[in-house]
Amino acid sequence: MSEAIDYSIFVGTSEDGLAQMSLAIDGIDCAACIGEIENGVKALPGVVRARLNYSTHRLTVAWSEGTSPDRVVGQLEALGYRAHPFAGRAEESEARHARWLLRCLGVAGFAAMNIMLLSVSVWSGNVTDITPETRDFFHWISALIALPAAAYAGQPFFQSAVRAIRSGRLNMDVPITIGVTLALGMSVLETAMSQPHAYFDSAIMLLFFLLAGRYLDHEARRRTRATAGNIAALRGEMAHRIGADGVPVLVPVQALQPGDTILIHPGERVAADGVVASGLSAVDESLVTGETLPRALKAGDHVYAGSLNGEGALHLTVTAGGENTLVDDVQRLLDGALAEKGAYVRLADRVARLYAPMVHLTALVSAIGWLLAGSGLHDAVMIAVAVLIITCPCALALAVPAVQVTATGRLFRAGMLINAGDMLERLAAVDTVVFDKTGTLTLPEPALALPSGADPDLVALAGRLALSSRHPLAGVIAARAKGPALEHVTEVSGQGIEAIIEGRRARLGSLSFCEAVAPADLPADASLIAFRHGEKVLVMGVAQALRPDACEVVAELKARGLDVRILSGDRPAAVAPVAVALGIAQAEAGLKPADKIAALDALKAEGRRVLMVGDGLNDAPALAAAAVSLSPATGAAVTQAHADAVFLGRRLWPVLAAVDGARTAARLMRQNLAIAVGYNIIAVPLAIAGFVTPLVAALAMSGSSILVTVNALRAARPGRKEEAVGDDSATGEAGALTEVAA
Amino acid sequence: MNVLVYLVPLALLLGLGGLFAFLWSLKSGQYDDLDGAAVRVLSDDDLPDSARPASSAAPERHHS
Repeated sequence: MSEAIDYSIFVGTSEDGLAQMSLAIDGIDCAACIGEIENGVKALPGVVRARLNYSTHRLTVAWSEGTSPDRVVGQLEALGYRAHPFAGRAEESEARHARWLLRCLGVAGFAAMNIMLLSVSVWSGNVTDITPETRDFFHWISALIALPAAAYAGQPFFQSAVRAIRSGRLNMDVPITIGVTLALGMSVLETAMSQPHAYFDSAIMLLFFLLAGRYLDHEARRRTRATAGNIAALRGEMAHRIGADGVPVLVPVQALQPGDTILIHPGERVAADGVVASGLSAVDESLVTGETLPRALKAGDHVYAGSLNGEGALHLTVTAGGENTLVDDVQRLLDGALAEKGAYVRLADRVARLYAPMVHLTALVSAIGWLLAGSGLHDAVMIAVAVLIITCPCALALAVPAVQVTATGRLFRAGMLINAGDMLERLAAVDTVVFDKTGTLTLPEPALALPSGADPDLVALAGRLALSSRHPLAGVIAARAKGPALEHVTEVSGQGIEAIIEGRRARLGSLSFCEAVAPADLPADASLIAFRHGEKVLVMGVAQALRPDACEVVAELKARGLDVRILSGDRPAAVAPVAVALGIAQAEAGLKPADKIAALDALKAEGRRVLMVGDGLNDAPALAAAAVSLSPATGAAVTQAHADAVFLGRRLWPVLAAVDGARTAARLMRQNLAIAVGYNIIAVPLAIAGFVTPLVAALAMSGSSILVTVNALRAARPGRKEEAVGDDSATGEAGALTEVAA
Repeated sequence: MNVLVYLVPLALLLGLGGLFAFLWSLKSGQYDDLDGAAVRVLSDDDLPDSARPASSAAPERHHS
């Protein structure tokens, strides 16, 4: 296409004043791609830098002059990679946060190592012949390292604790902050009074362990977000905007303004909501409403982004979100659903609400107890501090994130990109699964249905003829073509196309155009297309096809005790055969977005926790209203934004993997919490009895942390059966990216 | 015991040296692309063109 492309909204300025752009790249599969891409782009005139990030599949290009963004994209396409510019403001701030956590981790690691070096000397010296002067010297040096290090590396916890208290909540960071502050303060006093015990090492080690957990948790989530961001960018939603001079220019959807006029070619997806200015066509709104029959359009009608245009070209006036009824409706329902959802309280925070007051009360009671028992104020306070240090929730705060990191990584490999941090906990508690039909249980694109005994050569020939058609259904047949497009193809408007093949006339189009009769063995809701070559006639159907493993996945979900249902916006006639094929008894059809929410509310009223899986714009409010929500990567953008996780590929298997993974993860989280609580049950009486020295505290703390971490690693190990299923879907991710391109 | 007076600060200085090396490597973006760092070492883009193997990865492979 010779049409100009205007990518200017993606171009920024680099630190050294060059024009700079980031691109998501598809097709990187080996190390050699790095050099190929970087050198290929650097070969363009004016390009100063090209650096590929192999982990995130992003390329950053900086140029001075002589190069335009579309030349960079063109060059990458010539090299064999699909690329699309990318604007990730949110990801930049996440990357900054990750770097900050890593800096804190580095500082805490340095301090922990050096203080431990001094502490081990003191511990061994305390049982042999260390002089009080040497011990105090070591303690003062420890204080010198620990205080600034804790002030710096403890910021993530201090800030979070302050935020929590300001909003009147308690989270795990509150007891952590109190514990660390008290331990450090008490140790400084002890050192000043030349006492043998100081807890600098415990406080810093606690920060180090917790920061490691937090950093890994953040990184795991960032990685899945980056992949999801790439998929969104590579959809490369572009629109033909008609400029002031009447010439269409291809621009990214993000650059469109209300009032712009865009041109929608036949067979193209509508890029933005709008009103038809001129033109006649029909649109397939299956991604918007789930309805699979096309809707006829004339000037003045509303069209929604994501609809697939039919045979006519349309001029569309772009409208702002607020001007159009369906999107308005969806937005209003969404706001309502989100407000009603209420914040889910994470398992760790629920534990913290109980834990923090209990721990502080125990410390206070033991101090008072020792005072009443006649010990001095100093000893009583020391024991209270020892209780606080030993109960400082190191294992408890690691218990949940450690499992989350491993489980998220495993689901990532299964093609499930998790968006929300607490999604695993919520998913594990689900007892009802509600599927949307179109694009969720069925494949996002229609598939070819052939009558029994169809001649494959004839199908391939029909495919070659279909290559020349712009009809939206022709693409499905064209995929079967073996060989190049035919020459001298003529189009008979509204009927089909025709050409001469091997001396005989070939026609592809409506039944009457090809003088064919409909065979009985095609699906009832299929759109029929006929092909005639000389005397040979073939009638093909184009229909929604189930995802290849939909039956197995639904059966497996049922076998796990889940109640599976369908809520669809499509006609009852289209929903019923799918429900029968999958063995789903409860299937409701013809639902509007509000009806879906009502249906979910009814399920909620029965006390059910619902997992909603859907892809359409009409599913977005329902996804927000459900306890947990999943969306295929091919779904509408708004829908994905409200899904807790997005899954890749043509198969439904990731949904099952997510349910299993979440259940394993929840079990391990509970085990880990039990380990952490068990540790406290043993350690707290020792601390109250006054047996806990800094050495015991250090051993107990690292011991319990290592135990929960090792236990969490079990979440990464798939079961034997799952592994077998997982293997043949290993190409799911790559497949999904190509699918999005289609 | 006097040996401690300079050995302990020396140990600390060495530790601080390590810390600053880490902070520098973090600032210079060495942790931004861990997978890439692992495979970049295998590429021979530092060789002059004449010393390279004749055929590099064929771009045709990517037309999918």
